[in-house]
Amino acid sequence: MKQKGGMTMELSVISSNLLYASFFIYLLATFIFGATVKVSNEKTNHKVGNIGIGVTIVGFLTQIGYFVTRWFAAGHAPVSNLFEFMTFFGMMLVFGFIILFFIYRITLLGLFALPVALLVIAYASMFPTEISPLVPSLKSHWLYIHVTTAALGQAILAISFAAGLIYLIRQVNQEKATKRTRWLEFILFGLLCAVGYIAVGTTFGAVNYEATFEAPVNEQMTQITYEMPPIAGPADGELLTERAFGPLFETPGWMQGVNAPVKFNAILWSVFAGLVIYGVLRLLLRKRIAKSIQPLLKSASPRLVDEVSYRAVAIGFPVFTLGAIIFASIWAQEAWDRFWGWDPKEVWALITWLFYAAFLHLRLTRGWEGERSAWLAVIGFAIIMFNLLAVNLIISGLHSYA
Amino acid sequence: MSEITCECGHVNPEGTVLCEACGKPFEENQHLNDNKPEQLLNMRYDGSARRSQTYQRTIVDKIWNFFSSVKIGVSIIIILVIASALGTVFPQEMYLPPGSDPTTHYKEQYGILGQIYYQLGFHNLYSSWWYLLLLAMLGVSIVIASIDRFVPLFKTLRKQKPKRHVNFMKKQRIFGETTSTDIDYKRLKKNLKSKRYKIHEEEGHLLAEKNRFSRWGPYVNHIGLILVLLGAMLRFVPAMYMDEFLWVREGETKEIAGTDGLYYIKNEDFILETYDMEDEANSQFQESLQNQSGPVPENYQTNAVIYERTDLPVVPGKEPELEKVREAEARVNHPIELDNGISLYQASYQQNEFSSMTFKLHDKGNEDTDYGQFTVNLIEPKDEYTLDNGTTIRLERYFPEFELQDGEPTQVSKFPRNPAFIFEVKVPGEETEVSFAGIGVNIDASGENDYKVGLVDFQTRDVTGLTVKRDYTLPIIAFGAAIFMIGVIQGMYWNHRRIWIQPKDTGVWVAGHTNKNWFALKKDIDRIVADTGIEPPVDQQEEKDEAERGNDDGIISDKQ
Ligand code: HEM
Repeated sequence: MKQKGGMTMELSVISSNLLYASFFIYLLATFIFGATVKVSNEKTNHKVGNIGIGVTIVGFLTQIGYFVTRWFAAGHAPVSNLFEFMTFFGMMLVFGFIILFFIYRITLLGLFALPVALLVIAYASMFPTEISPLVPSLKSHWLYIHVTTAALGQAILAISFAAGLIYLIRQVNQEKATKRTRWLEFILFGLLCAVGYIAVGTTFGAVNYEATFEAPVNEQMTQITYEMPPIAGPADGELLTERAFGPLFETPGWMQGVNAPVKFNAILWSVFAGLVIYGVLRLLLRKRIAKSIQPLLKSASPRLVDEVSYRAVAIGFPVFTLGAIIFASIWAQEAWDRFWGWDPKEVWALITWLFYAAFLHLRLTRGWEGERSAWLAVIGFAIIMFNLLAVNLIISGLHSYA
Repeated sequence: MSEITCECGHVNPEGTVLCEACGKPFEENQHLNDNKPEQLLNMRYDGSARRSQTYQRTIVDKIWNFFSSVKIGVSIIIILVIASALGTVFPQEMYLPPGSDPTTHYKEQYGILGQIYYQLGFHNLYSSWWYLLLLAMLGVSIVIASIDRFVPLFKTLRKQKPKRHVNFMKKQRIFGETTSTDIDYKRLKKNLKSKRYKIHEEEGHLLAEKNRFSRWGPYVNHIGLILVLLGAMLRFVPAMYMDEFLWVREGETKEIAGTDGLYYIKNEDFILETYDMEDEANSQFQESLQNQSGPVPENYQTNAVIYERTDLPVVPGKEPELEKVREAEARVNHPIELDNGISLYQASYQQNEFSSMTFKLHDKGNEDTDYGQFTVNLIEPKDEYTLDNGTTIRLERYFPEFELQDGEPTQVSKFPRNPAFIFEVKVPGEETEVSFAGIGVNIDASGENDYKVGLVDFQTRDVTGLTVKRDYTLPIIAFGAAIFMIGVIQGMYWNHRRIWIQPKDTGVWVAGHTNKNWFALKKDIDRIVADTGIEPPVDQQEEKDEAERGNDDGIISDKQ
């Protein structure tokens, strides 16, 4: 008996080490793909690209190792909390990239898709990482089937965003500031917010920062612990920790749940950190960020990048439908006796699906390829991220993961 | 009908843009596909004659044209997206905490915005008439748009001929002219075949085609969607869909709603298991369980026995004769399924509901006295209880779940969760006294009582909440979903590619078309012509892009 406990402990340690390893391997692969930007010789470019994809695949296999060992340690597929789901999503992003790389062989895609995956995985580790038991409604094979397929679908759709972003940075006229350049900067700022959040979270995590409040939740006094300095405290909360910073104001009351103030605070921190990073970058570069990246993307053929973006939607849409709509319905029918219940998470899956259906139909219309389509790919990704994070945060439904 | 006879001899229906047989663009109809003389041909639906492009006079035409427009279709989808998102701003009525009153809940919880939300009916958005109307419009649009395109496209693709008109060839996106007489046609055909193209030949002209079936993908998936929508609509037919809820107490046998009194269920035991931190089997969850504020549920289960009634036909009021069918367990994710299509789902529970309470009558000042005991069955309380010494205790009022509100006892629910009673105690030869008794409360209304009714014991049991469902629309919806999947995969994972090869006096012309993924087609053609003496054709669109690029793409050329 004792032995089993020891073994699962060991497995979970191996598992998290494998995850770390895959993270750094992806990082390495990103730099290798980055190197192809400067290589103008086609042959050398091809070679470096091969090394890059090779390293990516090694990273992917390492992460599969993480997934399998954690599965053994937990006794169930590790897709049952936000950390596990996002990590898996990151893994599928890499998988989606590998597929599209082999169809089109554009190395630039690696330079954009892998950082998105890295961000997602790092972001995931900001959530509680311990192995959690399954509540009864999650105990179903359909859960694994649904979650993995849905994540794969979303990830392939997200590759469309990576390609769309390349297109926009490559194509949006940067000679003077326009609405388009501002939106583009806003997208980059959004990505920097994620970077900022990870930086802040890691820093305060490293020093074991904690500030505890006592506040009424559902008319009961509850202790709420912050792991980042509270910019926004809980509504009517009282700070128990001595010599702690803040809070500057209170979380609005319509955000519900014990964790709402903590999550709201995290959002504030990520926006704040994003602003700082963006500001510093602007000062260093002395021009718009997209404008600084643009010359690096000159070798990309816009039409090819556009096709990659579209192809990702074409491949991802059926997978998403199967995972996030059909398998989800089958599971919901078993677990909650109705295949569709208009729960916010379900509605946002439907919105995602309808949005990409609209995307596909617009592509049939002249004038919607290229830039417009790239903007749509960005909006699609925003919807996916909203469903992943904001719906859990702001609107808590049956799927409340975190 | 003004049919168009092409110079190749083929007779085309009115409204044709490109001749069905040879592809010649008909001057007078180019505007229908927005074609401009200097541009490449718009190949949508192969320039076939669509009803919506041809007729626009009568009201029927106008309605048809409205719904067959992709612009309108996309608009409907986008409106649905926005409406659906609106419905998630605040919780829908069905997700409000039990017992809350929507008329006040939205205002209290979300302020003035909540009030507006409620007033606009957004608290029941997904069943509102306008949301359903949008879905209906979506359905109509899908049907009309599909018919409008499928029929002419199908006919045109069947009539196409390998020999193509000059203007058709030149205005294809992928096009190339090779000036050479040394062309290896044998090798070319071999290459085409090895790439799985089907070759049609007409006087030396070649049409190589593959994956035409993928063109039908959208229509197949649209049929699937329509089936799903129809299935969902059938829910409104009462015979198709049943949704009932059943509370069954432990030890209780109840008729299963919706079975016309034919089936009964007995709740033998309701089980709630939580994860045990001490259990070695849960050691991997140790850390997580410690971080939880309460116990984490592991299993909800009802051990039940299903009975069938044997004394048919059912006579109302008559005690049923039951025969055991089987024992069954309902767990979350594992409903009990009966032969008649009914499923019982573990949906809810109530723990430790009171089943009976035992009281004794004693002197107000002395708890050790005992003038007799009586037991109240909380499901079927009697009106009056008689003690051995002749005392009668009348149950004046019974509150299954009571709460003191402003000093007044009020009934919160009809479930015995916190029972309380008003007793009238009549000891022979003495005045009637009124007592209020519950758990932890014992109030003497007048203040002058001699006796007191005190709680000595109680029994509890669990109650299971089961949903009873029968849904004949499920097979239709599942079938529709399957058709949809087949259709999208068919349309998305294959594409329709055609390559035309036309021998000319000077050499050979090559053109190519695909409905999507041009780079892949280009790669196909490059490999096919590689060793045949034919020069690889060019992507005329890409060339045009390149010519335009540099002028306006805003890239600052640093070095070069
Ligand atoms: C949620 C609703 C809908 C879904 C999921 C859906 C799905 C699809 C898909 C996946 C395609 C294939 C696209 C491609 O190959 O690139 C398609 C094509 C098409 N859809 Fe829809 N559709 C929907 C609603 C509509 C509506 C309302 C219309 C009405 C105008 C419409 C008209 C068309 C047309 C005209 C095509 C092109 C057919 C062809 O290329 O031969 N669809 N649809």
